[in-house]
Amino acid sequence: MGLLSLLVFLPFITALFVMAAPIQKQIRWIALFGTGLHLILTAITTYKYVSVGLLSTSPEDKLTKLFLVEKIDWFTSIGIQYNLGVDGISMAMVILTSIIIFTGVLASWNVENRSKEFFALLLVLVTGVFGVFLSFDLFLFFMFYEVAVLPMYLLIGVWGTGPKEYSAMKLTLMLMVGSALILVGFLALYFIAGAKTGIYTFDLNSLAQFNYPKEFQSWAFPTIFVGFGILGALYPFHTWSPDGHASAPTAVSMLHAGVLMKLGGYGALRIAVYLLPEGAKEWGLFFMALATINILYGAFGAIKQKDLKFFTAYSSVSHCGLVLFGVATLNFMGFKGAVLQMFSHGIMTGLFFALIGMIYGRTHTRMISEMGGLGQVMPWLSTSFYIAGLASLGLPGFSGFIAEVHVFMAWFFGNAWHSIVFSRVLTILAAMSIVVTAVYVLRGLGKVFLGPVQDPHHENLTDATITEKLTTGMLVATLAIVGVYPLPLIKLIENSIYPILNRLH
Amino acid sequence: MQPPVMTFMLENSWVIAAVPFFSFLLVGLFIRPYSDKWAGLVATSALFISMLASYLLAWDYLQISGAAPQVLVPWSVEWLQFIPKISVHMGVLIDPISVMMMTVVTTVSFLVHVYSIGYMHGENGYGRYFTYLNLFTFSMLGLVSSTNIFQMYVFWELVGVSSFLLIGFYYKKPAAVAAAKKAFIVTRFADLGFLIGILILAGTSQTIYFTSLSQPEVVSQLNEFGVLNLALLLIFMGAAGKSAMFPLHIWLPDAMEGPTPVSALIHAATMVVAGVYLVARMFPLYSQATYALEVVAFVGLFTSAFAAIIACTQDDIKRVLAFSTLSQLGYMMFSLGIATLREPLGYTASMFHLYNHAFFKALLFLGAGAVIHAVHTNNIWEMGGLRKKMPITHITFLIAVLAISGIWPFSGFFSKDEILVASLHGHPIHFIGGLIVAGITAFYMSRIYFLTFLGNSRTEASSHAHEASPVMLFSLVVLAAFSCVTGFIPFSHYVSIGQPLEHSRINLLVAISGTLMALIGIFSSWIIYGSSSGSAKRSDVIARRLGAIYSLIKNKFYFDEIYQFVTHKIIFKFIASPIAWFDRKVVDGGVNLSGWSARKVGEGFLSMQTGQLQTYGVWFVIGTIVTFFLFWATVG
Repeated sequence: MGLLSLLVFLPFITALFVMAAPIQKQIRWIALFGTGLHLILTAITTYKYVSVGLLSTSPEDKLTKLFLVEKIDWFTSIGIQYNLGVDGISMAMVILTSIIIFTGVLASWNVENRSKEFFALLLVLVTGVFGVFLSFDLFLFFMFYEVAVLPMYLLIGVWGTGPKEYSAMKLTLMLMVGSALILVGFLALYFIAGAKTGIYTFDLNSLAQFNYPKEFQSWAFPTIFVGFGILGALYPFHTWSPDGHASAPTAVSMLHAGVLMKLGGYGALRIAVYLLPEGAKEWGLFFMALATINILYGAFGAIKQKDLKFFTAYSSVSHCGLVLFGVATLNFMGFKGAVLQMFSHGIMTGLFFALIGMIYGRTHTRMISEMGGLGQVMPWLSTSFYIAGLASLGLPGFSGFIAEVHVFMAWFFGNAWHSIVFSRVLTILAAMSIVVTAVYVLRGLGKVFLGPVQDPHHENLTDATITEKLTTGMLVATLAIVGVYPLPLIKLIENSIYPILNRLH
Repeated sequence: MQPPVMTFMLENSWVIAAVPFFSFLLVGLFIRPYSDKWAGLVATSALFISMLASYLLAWDYLQISGAAPQVLVPWSVEWLQFIPKISVHMGVLIDPISVMMMTVVTTVSFLVHVYSIGYMHGENGYGRYFTYLNLFTFSMLGLVSSTNIFQMYVFWELVGVSSFLLIGFYYKKPAAVAAAKKAFIVTRFADLGFLIGILILAGTSQTIYFTSLSQPEVVSQLNEFGVLNLALLLIFMGAAGKSAMFPLHIWLPDAMEGPTPVSALIHAATMVVAGVYLVARMFPLYSQATYALEVVAFVGLFTSAFAAIIACTQDDIKRVLAFSTLSQLGYMMFSLGIATLREPLGYTASMFHLYNHAFFKALLFLGAGAVIHAVHTNNIWEMGGLRKKMPITHITFLIAVLAISGIWPFSGFFSKDEILVASLHGHPIHFIGGLIVAGITAFYMSRIYFLTFLGNSRTEASSHAHEASPVMLFSLVVLAAFSCVTGFIPFSHYVSIGQPLEHSRINLLVAISGTLMALIGIFSSWIIYGSSSGSAKRSDVIARRLGAIYSLIKNKFYFDEIYQFVTHKIIFKFIASPIAWFDRKVVDGGVNLSGWSARKVGEGFLSMQTGQLQTYGVWFVIGTIVTFFLFWATVG
């Protein structure tokens, strides 16, 4: 078994161990061990990728190739392969996921209800996520995609809070609509290319050799883009997100907002733009405009939210808009910004939801109006929350700033196909979100943490435990490291942008 | 030109900013949780090192820079790369104004650290306070030594957040929380302009470095696209936010909710001059944009008069000083705005005034802090007669008042005089306006001096006041010494731009008229507030005579209310709430509607499933017929 297969299936193996665990108490330790091991494995893979992929090959090589490829024929007759590989973009996403699942397990430390099934499903879910990020065969990609999306239904429906059945159903159905669009798109890609060349294959890079007819691209691109866009909270298909996040248990919110929503942006970039460049040029401006709506609409929507999870969910809608915007710019800086924003938003939202879970565990409410002055009661948690908030409003020194600035710069520079005036106007509109974000973040956080303690019951609450400090500390450190010294992450991603970019020219 | 000789200090100039940064990490993460006392000591000694380094640097720089000031970038590292063509470095730019700013920032910051050891003694959050102070100092030093506009923006935001943290230091107090939020959001709004300005500049000229932005090619390129004035106006918006220029000034008076030493350091001496510094830093570009520069001059002069008028009516000592800061910042901005490359005196004068102002304004705030510490009130009407109880504070405060009023030989006289001389070149309104503001400044400053230190104590608290602790007095005395001597520095020799300045410094006519205005201000203030113990009555009479105008001024022209109206009534009520509603009801309603209709359709089909064979038979026959006709219609 190759390194990448191990990377994909280690969570699944861990899930099997979790299911087999005889004692309740062992479960979380097994899950923690498995995900910890995964973190180490990710570090090894990153090291290998950097040394093989970035440092020691010829310049052309590192611009086009995948690394650590594992290719096995699976259904030869219809051209399906088990095809794993890694490039800079997927590497960054794998690192993100690995961090989020590890901290997610830590954040679920106190799940008592059916914890065996809970951890097992969580681990199966990330197996799917890793699979998506590492597969370079459309069939395999789609399979893993479904593996990632479906456990969500059970995780929210069983372990959730509030109107959990409704939210779970809504989320699953809306994402299934997305999946259907993606599947239609994938099959069309497969058959059109097969009919023209005579070689039927799902291999991503082989399909990328083929130039699809323009008329085909002009409907296939929006189909696939919207399909992924639903998962990436593209306006107006984002409404599953506030309900879903609000009902989901902590770790599921973390994974969902932190990682699953990134599958949308990732797919849009990796598949929609990569395979259908002409369609991207035709539709880029349209999706750019939609993403601008996302950004402002999400930010304004967040101002008046009463529930902390809704608050964060709307903020996610706004930030995920930046990802889709970066993708829609169709230039180097924008793609890079999109990937950076995926990474940064993943960590940031993970931190947000982890903290909300911790606070909810103490106050038993998520209503902003019922809290106040928590800062003096729980300094660690409130400091971490403020760091997450400052990161989300794009404070330099945290990763969000790096990503946002890339995306803004990119829109402003525009590309060769779209009206420069229009994209500049959109940039300026979208940049307004930095003010609106500051408004809702400071308002919301101020109400929860500052001022006098509002509810006398809250005066005796405790601050973070060791596990909680570890969870939040790790995420905060990631935000800060990327924010203070972004160059390594940028270099990691950069080379893998070119293949996608070159398809456009 | 031969390459400049690098000295040890120049090569390692990054140390000046790095020391406070590492001290911030060290104190914040490792010392603060265990010992407040050590947190203060470590933070202060870090600043001491940084201050020494900055003076060494200044010394070295003066040694190597001969007749023409040199611009050096002795240290810079790649921080991120947008595209291969545009990469952002973090570095240290050494030129006269950055060296000047480094010494100002480290000096004032060090003195404020020392002062705070006494002032904040026994406060809850003592260690946290010093952590934030270090963070601020680091950010400010990073800002002043920026090599490019992007680095400037990064540190610009970081000083913003440190200011936010320090204003909201007393986070249990709702007023402090609100003020912190307001400061951050108002400056963020201004920064939006700054950011868009950067995008326009970088997008058009493909460069972000100050050294290349001042090249003639870049200027002509920007002019070609017709964006030069626009970009610079947007950047000025950022500068106006940070330097609290009208109409973005509303955050600064509220920022006085922070601890008083913070007001001295951040909201008087250093951070708020960042806007002035930014315009000065980009002056080579501004000098090419007549329109933008006119706006700078106008906004500056207007703010300086506007704030000076408000300052005359405020009763909170810190708010008077805050409005005085606004006014003085406006003065500096105005002075920059009237400078050109051919008549560059305004530029030098502005920097000179910035330099002097940093010391005397920090002194005023720290003196006010000592007073507040002693009498536990901010209201000047509850003070009085502190001259005898706090002799050293009194003398130092008096020096600062004379300095800001522009009385020879204190520092303010020289720089104010220079600004007035510079304003002679322009429209007469420039000179007259500047002169009037000088008079009003002397009036309100002596007003607070008379009410605080002279006469008899008006309340119980002020009669029990006692002198501040020695650490606090140390800072006051040092700053007072600075305020006495910095005026004599031959500033134009070190800081100038464009045409070399002739060294005829004192224009006698201007000096006399300026001093006369100041004396008139002080004298009328003496008549109203100083001469008798019944001074309250006389000012009341005047206030009543002025009626509506007085209350308009006293309420700061209702600007806070206007902003309140716009944010709460318009943005929250007419944008945010409707969007939240629209999203839940319309967009999500659409989703629910589709779910609902799918279920209804399903229920419709369900009614066919009766379990009766007859019903199925009927449906079967109907289905067959329909299918047949459909087939017939399409094929046939």
